[in-house]
Amino acid sequence: MRCGVVVFPGSNCDHDVYHVLKHVLEQEAIFLWHQDTSLKGCELIVLPGGWSYGDYLRGGALAALSPMMAAVKRHAEAGGLVLGICNGFQVLLEAGLLPGAMRRNARLRFECRDVFLRVERNDLPFTRSYRQGQVIRMPIAHGEGNYENTASELDRLEEQREVVFRYVSPQGDLDPEFNFNGSARAIGGVCNARGNVLGLMPHPERCTEEVLGNTDGLALFQGLLSVAARPFQAAYGGGR
Amino acid sequence: MRAKVTVYPRREILDPQGKAISDALQRLGFSQVSDVRAGKSFEIELTAADAAAGEQAVRQMCQKLLVNPVVEDFAVEMVAP
Repeated sequence: MRCGVVVFPGSNCDHDVYHVLKHVLEQEAIFLWHQDTSLKGCELIVLPGGWSYGDYLRGGALAALSPMMAAVKRHAEAGGLVLGICNGFQVLLEAGLLPGAMRRNARLRFECRDVFLRVERNDLPFTRSYRQGQVIRMPIAHGEGNYENTASELDRLEEQREVVFRYVSPQGDLDPEFNFNGSARAIGGVCNARGNVLGLMPHPERCTEEVLGNTDGLALFQGLLSVAARPFQAAYGGGR
Repeated sequence: MRAKVTVYPRREILDPQGKAISDALQRLGFSQVSDVRAGKSFEIELTAADAAAGEQAVRQMCQKLLVNPVVEDFAVEMVAP
């Protein structure tokens, strides 16, 4: 699969994702500069973590207006795969590709630790290699990952099953103690209605190799590859 | 002309920063304080036919960039030149 990692000024997890795609999964991977307007034929677009535009105004707000994001929007609207990690998730929220907003962590601390996530649905390209309800461990590193939305939108997200990951205890139970950033309804990752755009605060690219002590993130990328192995049109019913 | 835009967290949601500042003020002995909302402000210099046109433009700026309506509210004040 041809994968594009978007580089904004201030991205700092771009090389990590590139490494996973190129060297761990042995896929074709390229960097896409934020000022460019072509996705160069990439099927999967990854918005990496970091501090795009220094987090000026709001995390992701200025990156969402970059020329590359216009192309990413068209890709998403045509059914193409888009994955936003950490700051990349914030960019997707600000670009309107995913619902909601991020606020400062409830405890006002930059949280850098492992968290436990429950996979709320495994019928997405991103989660098909996990089991429904599986509890996985992933690292987080953010100061603004406190997911917020209006009560009616939160209800809509639940009804339409757009909540993909929730922060839970190691046993898989909802517990405020393990919802480190204070996210509404313990939401750690959401998708769009069509299921081709995913954003999550934890870093799957930081747990894909044994040498890192955790490989729980590998299945996320593997799921994408198993989807891509099928003809694109058939998998998504849309063009590029 | 100049516009002053004030952006603050929506009333319905908890503002963790405002809460921490409120607690700190209490610790300093300002027992009068019951709530703090921590926001930000922008001073925008612009040219427009009149104040009404200027305010309309600034409100559009708020909706398109300066404010995230999911978590923030805003107020616009036009300042006489």
